[in-house]
Amino acid sequence: MAEKSGADILVECLLDLGVEVVFGYPGGAVLPIYDALFNHPTIKHVLVRHEQGATHMAEGYARSTGKPGVVLVTSGPGATNAVTGITDALMDSIPMVVITGQVPTQLIGTDAFQEADTVGITRHCTKHNYLVKDPAKLAGVIHEAFHIATTGRPGPVVIDIPKNVQIATAPYKRPEPVAHASYHPQTKADAAGIDAAVEMLAAAERPVFYTGGGVINSGPEASALLRELAAMTGAPVTSTLMGLGAYPATGPQWLGMLGMHGTYEANFAMNKADLIVCVGARFDDRVTGRLDAFSPGSRKVHIDIDRSSINKIIDVDVAIVADVGSALSDMVALWKARGHEAADLSAWWTQIDGWRAKKSLDYAENATEIMPQRAIADLYKACNATGKDIIITTEVGQHQMWAAQHFGFDAPNKWLTSGGLGTMGYGFPAAIGAQMGNPDSLVICVAGDASIQMNIQEMGTASQYRLPVKIFILNNEYMGMVRQWQELTYQSRYSNSYSDSLPDFVKLAEAYGWTGIRIDGPDDLESGIRAMIDTPGPVIVDCRVAKLSNCFPMIPSGAAHTEMLLDPSQVKGSMTDEAKALV
Amino acid sequence: MHIQEELSQRHVLSLTVSNEAGILARIAGLFTARGYNIDSLTVADITPDHGVSRITIVTSGPPKVIDQIMAQLDRLVPVHKVTDLTESGPFVERELALVKVAGVGEDRIEALRLADVFRAKVVDTTIESFIFEITGTTDKVDNFVGLMRQIGLVEVGRTGVVGLIRGKDAI
Repeated sequence: MAEKSGADILVECLLDLGVEVVFGYPGGAVLPIYDALFNHPTIKHVLVRHEQGATHMAEGYARSTGKPGVVLVTSGPGATNAVTGITDALMDSIPMVVITGQVPTQLIGTDAFQEADTVGITRHCTKHNYLVKDPAKLAGVIHEAFHIATTGRPGPVVIDIPKNVQIATAPYKRPEPVAHASYHPQTKADAAGIDAAVEMLAAAERPVFYTGGGVINSGPEASALLRELAAMTGAPVTSTLMGLGAYPATGPQWLGMLGMHGTYEANFAMNKADLIVCVGARFDDRVTGRLDAFSPGSRKVHIDIDRSSINKIIDVDVAIVADVGSALSDMVALWKARGHEAADLSAWWTQIDGWRAKKSLDYAENATEIMPQRAIADLYKACNATGKDIIITTEVGQHQMWAAQHFGFDAPNKWLTSGGLGTMGYGFPAAIGAQMGNPDSLVICVAGDASIQMNIQEMGTASQYRLPVKIFILNNEYMGMVRQWQELTYQSRYSNSYSDSLPDFVKLAEAYGWTGIRIDGPDDLESGIRAMIDTPGPVIVDCRVAKLSNCFPMIPSGAAHTEMLLDPSQVKGSMTDEAKALV
Repeated sequence: MHIQEELSQRHVLSLTVSNEAGILARIAGLFTARGYNIDSLTVADITPDHGVSRITIVTSGPPKVIDQIMAQLDRLVPVHKVTDLTESGPFVERELALVKVAGVGEDRIEALRLADVFRAKVVDTTIESFIFEITGTTDKVDNFVGLMRQIGLVEVGRTGVVGLIRGKDAI
């Protein structure tokens, strides 16, 4: 059998696995792999400006296409720079394979130049990781890594390859699929759980579907099945930040997002429900609020592919360990087979309409300053009018919550945001990754003036690959969410949350060969957004918004769903130590 | 404000795992990362090809935490099976200790008498010391070591607990 070098085996495997794009940055310990990729006819390499950017690009690519994102970085600082994005992918269950170079095997453990214990450092921020010391084992490991990253609860997998293993040769044969000795995620639900869930749904008087990122991860069919089941049962649907788009925001049963910055109706429906069907969500602290006050009168069904998510935070009555799509398909089939009809939920909907009447997302308009909520609402309107496929990414902070609240998503995989880890610097590289995977879509990163600076160096990447991404900065000259918490908790002592010495974003755009647009006031908002959309290449929009706006509604730390703050008049400016100690 | 602690129960967990590099770090790290307790942890390979190891972990926590520990261990890729011996029915648990005791005269004789009561074996002796080998439950070993402390305990080495369920079946 012909022998191949480790680097060639890697490239061969990537081809076999259908990899089209690799996001990476070269360095000493991956030179053999970069040489194998030199002028490669089918695998496109995107040269990033910082390894963290590569990981978020891979996440954006993965989240928007459903395919795994692939990252290639060097040893030492290359690997450590990737750690934030790897952790982000773990928290948000994003399929990603990260290939890291390592010093040659004989130098491992000697504190060699650019040596870091990559498998040690990434052990707890990956779904699994490998150090491959033998080129003969490389092909098997790479195929296994992609299998693990993309099946079960998806997540990041790191493959650390010492430089001498990239150069040494071994016989290569495309690996046959082998049954893994210990990794067998359960994807098909036990019948008893499905039966119990369907009967509880049929009998419920005040049901709510509480859906999450698992529906998106399960693929577009899962979203379609969720819509079917929701329509059949007539039950209202709310979603976590990560699940937006699985049920359409324009759908009749949509309550809006739930949780800390969710709508009044979503949180009150959760609190007063008699049945909660949690579909691919994990009772995160941003969703539950105070645990002992979380949906006290409901029975709970939890569908999750990861058994460790079940009963982790909230004890449930029916646990269904399965892929969301498979479980929903079983539920739809059983609902039909039993001949169930949608129950009369009119009393429940009347109650919900009462909460809706609070109009919790409303805000006071301002004639002289752009309200950030208005900026998002106008962006949504303008995007809708284009008729294009729209993908929105965000950084982390107030702008992220406003985008989640005021931009409507009607399809899955169109909303890319860092939920679990809350990584500032995620959104812009994620937009680049999404644009790589969806060349014809209009990809917009909604950013804050602080977040955007965390990976702003990737402007060069967008320029180099002619990616027409748009960055829409809600510029309030603050780390707005930090400032908001300081206003709520620390009597408005704004310790280090003012964005001093901001760059001139328009000039910055020009320096990178982009178009820069400044929107100064309400009169420019519509035309500015239109100009951004109509400009063919990459655009930065510096949208100056009201500086001290707060994101409402809000469930303060340690409060229950029913203790929402709806507007600034309810802010006290101080909190108990117990509440302060919560995240 | 003060930090509240929850009441804990002792559980013996038995895992079979692929015997690969880093597996112990993966498991020990999971416990530290998620704030779980490890009272003892033993590991050794148990198949002729050295491919599979059994890890026995003695941990403690409220029932909900123990359930989480099981689920978290179970989702590690190289973990084959996780069993909570404490919950799965009657089981046998043993640990082995080597206990070095120094002394002369009456102390020496008393040490031997106690060793006899505990069915500990003498595995090394000098004119003024013994090393005893004792196996048993953690409590039994604790008691023996406690008595030896009063006589002239020099040092102790303990293996930590290994366990198997009773009866003919494997876990």
